[in-house]
Amino acid sequence: MKRSITRLLMAPSVLLLLAWMLVPLSMTIYFSTINYNLLYPGRNNFVGWMNFEFFITDPGFWIAISNTLILLISVLLITVVLGVALSALIDKPFFGRNVVRVLLISPFFIMPTVNALIWKNMMMNPVYGIFAWISQSFGLEPIDWLSDYPLMSIIIMVSWQWLPFAILVFVTALQSQDTEQKEAAQMDGANGWHIFRYLTVPHLARPIAVVVMIETIFLLAVFAEIYVSTGGGPGYDSTNIAYLIYNQALLQYDVGVASAGGLFAVLLANIVAFFLIRAVGKNLTV
Amino acid sequence: MAYLNITDLQKHYDNYHALRGINLAIEEGEFIVFVGPSGCGKSTLLRTIAGLESSTGGNIELDGRDITELASSKRDLAMVFQSYALYPHMSVADNLSFALRLAKEEQSVIDEKVKSVSASLQLDKLLERKPKELSGGQRQRVAIGRAIVRQPKVFLFDEPLSNLDAALRVQMRLELARLHKKLGTTMIYVTHDQIEAMTLADRVVILNAGQIEQVGTPLELYRSPNSRFVAEFIGTPKMNLIALDNVVRESNTLHLKLLNASIDFPVARTRGPLPDSVVMGVRPEHMHIVESGGDIIGKVELIEHLGSEAYTHVRLANNQTIIVKAPARTTIKDGEEIHISLEREEVILFNQNDRVFSVIAEEACHD
Repeated sequence: MKRSITRLLMAPSVLLLLAWMLVPLSMTIYFSTINYNLLYPGRNNFVGWMNFEFFITDPGFWIAISNTLILLISVLLITVVLGVALSALIDKPFFGRNVVRVLLISPFFIMPTVNALIWKNMMMNPVYGIFAWISQSFGLEPIDWLSDYPLMSIIIMVSWQWLPFAILVFVTALQSQDTEQKEAAQMDGANGWHIFRYLTVPHLARPIAVVVMIETIFLLAVFAEIYVSTGGGPGYDSTNIAYLIYNQALLQYDVGVASAGGLFAVLLANIVAFFLIRAVGKNLTV
Repeated sequence: MAYLNITDLQKHYDNYHALRGINLAIEEGEFIVFVGPSGCGKSTLLRTIAGLESSTGGNIELDGRDITELASSKRDLAMVFQSYALYPHMSVADNLSFALRLAKEEQSVIDEKVKSVSASLQLDKLLERKPKELSGGQRQRVAIGRAIVRQPKVFLFDEPLSNLDAALRVQMRLELARLHKKLGTTMIYVTHDQIEAMTLADRVVILNAGQIEQVGTPLELYRSPNSRFVAEFIGTPKMNLIALDNVVRESNTLHLKLLNASIDFPVARTRGPLPDSVVMGVRPEHMHIVESGGDIIGKVELIEHLGSEAYTHVRLANNQTIIVKAPARTTIKDGEEIHISLEREEVILFNQNDRVFSVIAEEACHD
């Protein structure tokens, strides 16, 4: 009796959540199997796998996949390596540590669109950007980052955005490291590097796994930075899967192919997640 | 010239004076125990010797070498920490060999040393395990093994047994005593437990508020403490301290007046002039319940039966309570009035500054 009442009372929220998830998913699956282009209304006939075929044979498809993976792996590497190094540096007390910490965390509070605008207009602009000014003060030709190194520029922006998250997690983890262990190592003749290598890095294995997992979820879907800065170009040079789907749906008005791409992105995320959990997941169960 | 010499060692924190001029000479092979209440500076002193804290004055010499400013790894000391501080990601074998590997010893030498140490501590079957797969006692042995493997000049122990349960603590205490006998290496041991101090030490250093209160063998501290602090700190239950009503000197005898009683005490057993007010100290085991004719009379408030003996809490006429040790099968009941006699030779007298001005009977004879 009691049980059925609890179920009854929970039902609305459970059903709402279920519908919230199921309706878009089934609509996406449905759209991916019909001919649905906003430019040709009324011709919504069933086309089977054709939308998937169009998406996969799109000239940008393989470039987008490789861009997505390059972006993911580069940003993970940069944020984890720099994150560990910077957190270890600011772990010891020094004058102004709190200010430095706040400054290191602050990029996380800036929204991705603003982040991209800052980098595009204030840092990387070949005429009045800071990088151009630095190059010129050394007498060098300024680099047009967004057109010459578009993917690299995106990687820099996204890393800058996500480094604070890694630092936040690692600094917290370092504070839980046992000081007596470090002192014991010190008496055993370990220098700073030894302590970092043999005690701190193993201690950070779990937080690193957490950072990699969480960042992966968000990095597979990077969109705002690309949209605001390079627009996926030049050509397909900085287009990732998320941007390619947007391109199909809203620039070519082909909802069917975009839906097929969306399902493909789900597939890709699952493949990455599978390998990721195998690689770092065992750290989490310890 | 002693093996380890500590001269006028000072340690200031920002607004706290932790060590106030420590002077101590330790001979090679001695087992020294630092003991004192929490906050007395015993751990700070050990960590300063270890080089984990820098001193702000004075110096430390080990085996003729000034190590005051030396890095802790270069001091030839090994330390066993309270939390054991085992490296959690390394196996027992790697924990034991860490220092040797850092010192770039040959693999064959490392294997040999790890093997002999693990055999002597019964760790040979656990070498592949990680610290978290070990019991408290096993972790403790790994921590000790990690110190032994380096063959240091001095072992430092920072309350190593405080994380163990009572039974294991007694066993590890014995093992430590055996280890010291076998290795013969100088050991410095910090504890707040006076039983550990009494049973393990060749000499005990009692610290109070950043200063050495008294140094001596366990028996010296028990029989002739310098001050009320030491007298109260050593011995369980605590020494009874009874403020005397009056002290009258009559030729070679002091009459210690307490309530209706008068206890005779030879003047030969005192030093210096007679202070204005005197406190008498007698340990519970030096008081005896007698049928009649005792020195003082009191009313039993409570009896604690420990099996091997019974502690009788007695209230005197001046409302002070004292503890008297009684035989195990005592028939005394609560509320009963009892006569207590004191062992004269074990009575200690304190002056108004809480310093002892009496001497023990044997020493008085030599004067």
